[in-house]
Amino acid sequence: MKGMDKFTGKIWILGDDIDTDIIIPTEYLALKTVQDMAPYAFSPLRPELAGKIQDGDIIVAGKNFGCGSSREQAPEIIKALGIKCVIAKSFARIFFRNSINNGLLLIENDRIQGDVSEGDEITISINECIEHRGNQYPITSLPQNLVDILNAGGLVKAMQRRNNLKGM
Amino acid sequence: MGSTIIEKIVRNNIGRAVHPGEIVTVNVDRVMIHDIFIPFVASKFEEMGFSKIWDADKAVLIYDHLVPASQVDDTRHFRIGNEFVEKYGMKNIHRADGICHQLMTEAGYVKPGDIVFGTDSHTTTYGCVGAFSSGIGYTEMASILGTGTLWIRVPETIKVHITGKLPENVMAKDIILKLIGDLGADGATYKALEFTGDTVENMTVASRMSMSNMAIEAGAKCALFTPDEKTAAYCNITLTEKELDLAGDEDAQYCRVMEYRAEEFVPVMACPSNVDNVKPVAELAGKEIDQVFIGSCTNGRLEDLMAAAEILKGKHVAPFVKLIVTPASRKIYREADANGTLAVLAEAGAIITHPSCGLCCGRTGGILTDGETVIATNNRNFLGRMGTSKVNIYLASPKSAAACAVAGKIVAP
Amino acid sequence: MGMTIAEKIIAAAAGVESVKPGDIHTVEIDRMMSNDGTTHLTIDMYNKLKNPRIADVGKLVWIVDHNVPCDSVKTAASHRKMRDFAREHNITFYEGAGVCHQVMMENHVTSGELIFGADSHTCAYGAVGAFGTGVGCTDYLYAMVTGKSWLLVPETLKFNLTGRLRDGVYARDLILSIIGRIGANGANYMAMEFGGEGLRTLNMSDRISICNLCVEAGAKTALMEVDETALSYLKEHGREPKHAFCSDDDAQFAKVYDIDLTEIRPIVAKPHFVDSVVDAKACVGTHIDQAFLGSCNNGRIEDLRVGAALIKGKKVHPLVRFLVVPASASVYRQALAEGIIDTFMEAGAIVMNPNCSVCWGSCQGVIGEGEVLISTGTRNFKGRAGHKDSFVYLASAATVTASAIRGEIATADML
Repeated sequence: MKGMDKFTGKIWILGDDIDTDIIIPTEYLALKTVQDMAPYAFSPLRPELAGKIQDGDIIVAGKNFGCGSSREQAPEIIKALGIKCVIAKSFARIFFRNSINNGLLLIENDRIQGDVSEGDEITISINECIEHRGNQYPITSLPQNLVDILNAGGLVKAMQRRNNLKGM
Repeated sequence: MGSTIIEKIVRNNIGRAVHPGEIVTVNVDRVMIHDIFIPFVASKFEEMGFSKIWDADKAVLIYDHLVPASQVDDTRHFRIGNEFVEKYGMKNIHRADGICHQLMTEAGYVKPGDIVFGTDSHTTTYGCVGAFSSGIGYTEMASILGTGTLWIRVPETIKVHITGKLPENVMAKDIILKLIGDLGADGATYKALEFTGDTVENMTVASRMSMSNMAIEAGAKCALFTPDEKTAAYCNITLTEKELDLAGDEDAQYCRVMEYRAEEFVPVMACPSNVDNVKPVAELAGKEIDQVFIGSCTNGRLEDLMAAAEILKGKHVAPFVKLIVTPASRKIYREADANGTLAVLAEAGAIITHPSCGLCCGRTGGILTDGETVIATNNRNFLGRMGTSKVNIYLASPKSAAACAVAGKIVAP
Repeated sequence: MGMTIAEKIIAAAAGVESVKPGDIHTVEIDRMMSNDGTTHLTIDMYNKLKNPRIADVGKLVWIVDHNVPCDSVKTAASHRKMRDFAREHNITFYEGAGVCHQVMMENHVTSGELIFGADSHTCAYGAVGAFGTGVGCTDYLYAMVTGKSWLLVPETLKFNLTGRLRDGVYARDLILSIIGRIGANGANYMAMEFGGEGLRTLNMSDRISICNLCVEAGAKTALMEVDETALSYLKEHGREPKHAFCSDDDAQFAKVYDIDLTEIRPIVAKPHFVDSVVDAKACVGTHIDQAFLGSCNNGRIEDLRVGAALIKGKKVHPLVRFLVVPASASVYRQALAEGIIDTFMEAGAIVMNPNCSVCWGSCQGVIGEGEVLISTGTRNFKGRAGHKDSFVYLASAATVTASAIRGEIATADML
């Protein structure tokens, strides 16, 4: 998570139960790369969104973000769009694991949703707090095994290290 | 202190007692990869620097989402899969035999007490035979293929206790939909479900499968049934003492206990566009429909097709309504052919496809357009899942679905 | 002067004594078939007309067969447009009942009729001596609104069949041989008429297969003499002939071909043209990725029986996807009843619901870059079955099934 200890970004607001079919419909799952799929992200709900998201933006959503399928393209695409972090009231289990394994930062917080509007800027200090217009929202820290994967730069890099691949 | 089923499975796997919340590394008994994700698993596996699968016989590759191919790049997945199987000496591959979850149990890849991971969220299905099974992404699958292990957090368990006899028109699907409605789409997130009571004891393994399959729709990590003589017959095994012990102890700790009387269940549907938006069919009656889909890993089994055929026998699908039937596996298709079920369905005007994920995965198999309504027996009704975001998807039991197909509108079976 | 079958049907439809090639006549159309390939376009044009009306709704038959079950939001929208219009106007409508031409043969077509179909393979109806011809949606719309159209009376090529096909040789081999001989435009604007003693040896399935493919030689229509076989087919399906025509002895043909059926051998049409035919043996060993048994050309019960007899007790090659797609719901039900579906399922085939499937190449069994399909479908044009750089070989049900088992092009006698 180097270079990510503290950052500021513009937010996009999504609701509860943003499922994996909304994040990336199955129709596009056989496209060759995550980059090919990214323009279709969130298309059933907000077809314009993928084109508007800019590097460094942040998603703020309700409960059960990423529910549904095991498709790992979901976090990969969110990352590919330039989203630096997703804040939600809660995350679905498989999405959570997939995000950690791909180095996409997720923050569970159920208070900020009522206080922010789309387009606002917020500042995140890793493992400390979220700041919005002077208000601070504390962040719970992650278990050590997940921090290890994140620190390695994701599961692929962690496995490369295990397998003594050069350059790791 | 006593243990829940999931705590026993993990204990047996790692050789020591565990408690919920603990993070442990388990030895994986079996993995399942399907066609949509094999290219990603293959590339991550090699990128990670692995040169062999930890135990090639424990890996199963199944083509089901893309069978038959509907887009020009689909067959690329088969080519990559075939190369991967060849290169790493995998023997367990099914290229057109049905839906992955059906095949994993039906073909004997999963036994009670096993720990199984699959690159599909409905991997929870194998809890029907008392296995701990859960969905993961392709990166983790690649790492399991290399190491044979995965870290997990031991989940708390929600016990669902159901007693009594189900009404005639109610199926296991109605129970699990009602339960998801009660729990909410995230009500069991990170948790295990454990089903008990004489109602589930009296259920076929196929019905249990419908329930464990959909547990993920409440966010559950897994959904377990205690193995019994039905499980043994289904898996074609004799249960060992260890397997017979896979029941929650009386003094086991549950984070929640939910109790239901079977007699109180009614036919229900999950209304657009969330699985937990569950209402009694009676409240929805009269709504016109365009299509009915009977199939999927949730409800494409022989008993489901037979239940539908019983309603459709001697009748015909309503004019301008399509009934699409996609059996869950080749074996089921052949059994339904042999016992005359397919003939009844075909006579009633059903469009019967080859076993595959079909419409459930939304790539082909009966895609719909704006304003159309489909009654479907599968597991998800998310926005845009079967076409445009203005398609209305109602999830129902095969009996309800068949009754709607005949009526051309929503009716209770 | 005598007339050919095509001339007699046009004369009857135009209400005149006689016609000759080159004449243009206004004709009454007996029946108009349209499928989901183009009906949505016809509807769009219809809706733009001032005070549109349908001349005789009883003549229209609309059939959804190309993309069934529906494979995309785009086709879902065009299907819906078609379904809603048919419902509103009370048009005879089928969805999922099978490939349009087979559904038409089973339920509607009768001898002596003049039929427009918004599909090139409408010439199949000649098997019962009906003048079926493919039209675009503008012609279709005009006929739908007025009940009439104009037709240029075609010259007729006569195929005088003698002898009998040998065992292991099929009608499919015969028509591919003929197309190979006269070329892909060998019958442009013309009618292809089949008669002779050899015709008596061919069953209805064979005849449909032959007439269906005549458009691949450019024919406007294909016609067969109406004989006992044709009449009893109609009777079985509860229909009476409108006319039962044969050409007059002194009819004028542009050319007469004598074809000895005993000389026909298993044939393969190589990519990317239907007339690029060779002896099947010349292709033996060619790698394949997929095989297809089905279509309006070769998806009838007789074709499925040929495939099933060959594959019974054997397995589809593990690396080949073998799609078996009955041409209609009634063919499917018959195949279920005969145990044929089970034979294919036991062997590892992919048995799909009746529809155009990979013959149409846009929704089911689509093949990828560089892949090779051997097919009983109608066409092997470049990209027809999927990726623009893929390859389609056309062959009989027997050759296709044998190839599916062997994993490369093979003939049935090699099994």
